[in-house]
Order: sequence, then C-alpha cells, then structure tokens
Amino acid sequence: MEPIKTFSGKVVALPINDIDTDQIIPARYLKVTDKAGLGAACFSDWRYESDGTPKPDFVLNQPEHQGAVVLIGGNNFGCGSSREHAPWALMGAGFKAVISTYFADIFKNNSLKNGLLPVIVDEETHQQLISLAQEDADTTITVDLAAQMVTLPDGRQVGFPIDGFSKHCLLNGVDQLGYVLSLEENIQAYEGANPARVNTLEPA
Amino acid sequence: MTTQTPQTLFEKVWNQHLVRPQTADLPAVLYIDLHLVHEVTSPQAFTQLRERGLTVRRPDRTLATMDHSTPTTPRGADGLIPVTDAMAAAQLEVMRKNCGDFGIRLFDLGTRNQGIVHVIGPEQGITQPGMTIVCGDSHTSTHGAFGALAFGIGTSEVAMVLASQCLLQNKPKTMAVRVNGKLDAGVTAKDIILGIIAKIGIGGGTGYVFEYMGEAIRGLSMEGRMTICNMSIEGGARAGMIAPDETTFNYVYGKPHAPKGADWDAAVAGWRNLPSDEGATFDSEVTLEADELVPMITYGTNPGMGMPITSSVPDPDRATDVSHKMALDKALTYMGLQPGERLLGKPVDVVFIGSCTNSRITDLREAAKIMRGHKVAEGVRVMVVPGSQQVKAQAEAEGLDRVFKETGAEWREAGCSMCIAMNGDQLQPGQYAVSTSNRNFEGRQGKGGRTFLASPLTAAATAINGVITDPREVIHPTA
Repeated sequence: MEPIKTFSGKVVALPINDIDTDQIIPARYLKVTDKAGLGAACFSDWRYESDGTPKPDFVLNQPEHQGAVVLIGGNNFGCGSSREHAPWALMGAGFKAVISTYFADIFKNNSLKNGLLPVIVDEETHQQLISLAQEDADTTITVDLAAQMVTLPDGRQVGFPIDGFSKHCLLNGVDQLGYVLSLEENIQAYEGANPARVNTLEPA
Repeated sequence: MTTQTPQTLFEKVWNQHLVRPQTADLPAVLYIDLHLVHEVTSPQAFTQLRERGLTVRRPDRTLATMDHSTPTTPRGADGLIPVTDAMAAAQLEVMRKNCGDFGIRLFDLGTRNQGIVHVIGPEQGITQPGMTIVCGDSHTSTHGAFGALAFGIGTSEVAMVLASQCLLQNKPKTMAVRVNGKLDAGVTAKDIILGIIAKIGIGGGTGYVFEYMGEAIRGLSMEGRMTICNMSIEGGARAGMIAPDETTFNYVYGKPHAPKGADWDAAVAGWRNLPSDEGATFDSEVTLEADELVPMITYGTNPGMGMPITSSVPDPDRATDVSHKMALDKALTYMGLQPGERLLGKPVDVVFIGSCTNSRITDLREAAKIMRGHKVAEGVRVMVVPGSQQVKAQAEAEGLDRVFKETGAEWREAGCSMCIAMNGDQLQPGQYAVSTSNRNFEGRQGKGGRTFLASPLTAAATAINGVITDPREVIHPTA
C-alpha cells in the first residue's frame, strides 16, 4: 500500500444518516472476483436511472462536484454488510477520505486497511463542513494524518482520532499482514498450547 | 490464593485467544479457531495469497460453502442446480479452484451439506461454545448464540486469517442486553431482536459486543438464539453472545463434528466455565421486557425503523431532531408510506421466508403450522428457501415441503436468495415484501423493492391473507 501523505482537496456532502454499504455498492455488483470497475458502480442506485443515465440531481453527478476527494456522510456511515467492496468502490470513485461523526466498525476497519481515511469529527464541525460544501462546491480542506488534523477553509484546525497502529501503517505504507506473519513464533506457541477441537477436513 | 476479577463471557473468550495482548501501540493478536469462507468476499483474498506466495496456514480450521450468488431455482433433469448468470458461474468456479488449490474443504452447490454459511456451521457441530469464529460476512454474529465470539470481517482480514489464522483487533466494549419476562404466544425471537434494535437504533451498538441475557433469552431454543445474535450487527454490534447452557449442550451433542465420549465430557466441563461471572461489569446495559412485546415489523429503510405491528407509521414532523426527520422523510418516501398509516391490512406482493436469520427447521415448522391447509392469497408470490440442504432434507422428511407447495408457495433450493438479491431472486421495483431476512435497506431485496422485516409467523400469516397480518389473529389455540 502507498503511504498516505498530507493532501488537500474538494469536499462533497452527502448528509444522509446511516448510509449503508448496500447503497455504497449494491450486492449485484459483488459477483466480481477482483476490485476493478467498482468505482463506476459506487452509489449506483442513487446515482443512475434504471436505464443507466446519471440522475442530474444527485450530488455526485453535478459538474461542480467533480474531482472531490473527501466525502462528508451523515452519522453512522458504512453500516450494514462487511463487504470491503464499499471502500474499494469509494476509492474507485476518487475518494481519499470520508468524514462523519462516527463509522460502523467493519467499514472503518476495511477502510483503514485500504488507505481510505475515516475521519471522525464532532457534530458542530460536521455541520459546518456540510454547510460549506453545500454553499461552495470549491470548498477545499487539508487532511494531515501525521498531525491527525483537518484544516478548514477558514484556517480552523480540527483534530481527529485514529488508533496508533493503523496510523503508523498508513503513514509508512506498512502492510498489516506482513506484521502478523512476523509473529510466527508466537502463533506456533499459541497453537502448541491450544490444540484444535474441530478438524474441518475430517469427513462428517 | 488470588482473587480473580470477575469476567464477562466475552472477556473469557477474548483472553483465551490472545496470541499477544493489546498494548498502547499495538492491537491484540487474536487467534481464530474457525474461519468460514464463501464465494463473494474471498476471491480477492486468495489473489493476495497467490501474489505473495502464501499458503493457507490451517485448512483444518477453514470451511467453505457457496450461498450468496447461488441460484435457488429447482434442479434440472441432471439433478444439478442450473447457474445461468455467467458472472455468478465464474465466481463459483473461482471458489472451486481456490478451495482445490489451497486444500480447503468446500460444500459445493447442491451437495448434501451446502447451505448458508451461518446455518451450516451450527448444524455440522463445527460451531462450538468458547470459540473464535470469523467469516467475510457481517452476520457471522449468528454463531455467538453458542457462546462463541463470532464476527464479520472484510476481505483484507479474510486474507490475514487464511495466511496466519490470526486477526489484529482492538478490544471492543461490552453491552449487557437483558430481556426479562416471558414471550406471549405469537411473539418470537425475531420480535425480540427487532424490538431491541428499534430501541437502541442501528448505530446503538457500534464499538460494542452484546451479551444477551435474562429469562426470555434462557427460554429460547438455539435456533431462536441464533436469530437474535444474527441481527446484532443491525444494532451496530459486530458480535452478540449468549452464555452456553444445557440448551446449548443438548443442541451440539451428537452433531457430526461435536466432541465424542470423554472428549465431550471434557469440552462441556470447560464450556460450563464460560458464562459471565457474578459481579462482572459491562460498559453499558439495555433492558427489554418480553411480556410487553408484541409482533414487530419494520416500516422504514433500516432495521432500526421498527414498531409493534399494531402501531402506526411515525410522523417525521414529530422527530426529535432535523437529521432524524430527514431520515424518516426519505424512508417513508422510498417505502411509499404515509405518516400515521397502519401497516396491518396493507397488501403485499411477495413473502420471503428464508435467510441466515430465519431459515432453520424450527422457522419452517412454525411457518408451516400457520400455512397448513390454507392457500396463498391470490397474486402473492411466496418463496420458502431453506437455509441449507440439510434443513431442506429434514423439512422434506417431515412433509413440510408438501405443506408449502399445497398452499401455492415456492419450495426452493438452499441459499441466501432474496435476502441479498444477487442471485436472481429479487423484488421488482415498487413491490412490497414481508421478509424474514435481516435488512430492509433501499434496494436490498432488488432495486426499488420495499421490505417489511418480520418474523416467520408474521410472514406466514401474511402469505395466506395477502395483507400484513398480526400472526396472533391466525394462531389457533392448540387443544
């Protein structure tokens, strides 16, 4: 994974609470066996008419919002299914970060493993960002992961939480699987002390 | 002599699986006893293993099935289930190749043990108390009914578990979900969990593991407990657990993979230590009174938008805050419902009985009891989809398939079917369905489809009346 550097970019607001992963990427697109092409299907049912033409009133289709890299969702963003296709689709659609007051647990984990930053802000900042994005499509913010800081257009800086290990991995492009595999001795020791009761390979 | 701090069920299972405890800088390394795999969330994980030249560390702790993208249409003359969707067929073929290449046991489409991933684990006796269980599926919480710590993971984590049998986890908080009292006739486990989610909201359990407890939970069968734990994720909790007891042991006993002889005795002795200690503390608590509960139904577009079936659709203008009002407005527009409208008596197009929430043998028996001797209402499509080939065989041995078919309902092959609508089973735009599944999100059961979540009893009563029906109206008191 590429290390995440400080970035600035346009924000776009989709201020709907409880946006579930079925909206982010409907299940019928999950028949793929790779990650390609999911960006085009991101928010498909909100974004396209049944004949595939874009709905002009959907915010992500509006010309002035093209090129946005930060999505501001409503509360509890990413609830529902565990599909990692959700962050893949959002990244495929060009997003580097999602801002909300809180995220569903599995979506947050999946995002952190792919370099899509879940940025948690307080209610007031959340509302302010939504207003800014809705009033001016060119609203740009800066996201600094190292400092855990979002800089708003007026210069105000707002901190956001992230667990130390995920931060370290994202900043340095460290691969979490590599870290776990480096613990082979510990894993072996655990397995030695805790033999399996079930063997799925045995016929039954 | 040391005095041990009282521990919750969750803490016991968590602590027993620590390869490395959590530190200030690093998440815990948690050992995974059982990894369940299905065709939709695993292909990219196997690709990762191949790219890095890795093997599956413990194929003996891994089990694969096909359920999500599989059709549930009746078998052809060759005895096989036809897969007409080219992308689904390709995905299933990839699953076969991955399982073959990496030495993983696969319950292939239509074979005798195939079924929904959260149905097959328990019925094989592979799901056992005290285990850690993961799967690339959010309804893995189902297995918590056995006192296992079971939760859904993403595809990156699937790759991690395949390669290392471990996961990196930050310790979640715990919430005690107490359900006091006894359920009235016609009120089920599904109504309990819909009641809980309506109370706490779909984000209410975010960051928590639930432990369900109390008289009403103790009184449930294992299948009822699975229904409850299954929908923990709809309350935002990745996992929900129930302490194992005699009901649990009796269910596991004799299952194909259950311990036998002296191993059984040793296993049960260990499992008896799992329930939360007296004095163990939880980070949060919520209580529901079962005797006040009536059959529940959802009216909106997430599982938290639920109400007693006898109530009326809420008025967005009475919402407590603006974002709640907006959410309600949006939901009612999508659902085509008016504030104050009653759902009882509302015509539906489809009734779906199935999914990892409600497709087990007791669900089918309860539905059949209501539908027996009746005809499905004219113009209503009723689909009954058993959760596994084993459930299907059991139901057929009991003649339940004939009961359903005689009513005019469809009796189908095992799979996720219309719960996820990626396999040909789906609603048409605008159609209304009463569904025993777990999600009523926009488009979940087909683009433009409109879902009312309810229990198998409510679904069955609705199937014969053609309109949303309180099951208590059609349950005849048994002599």
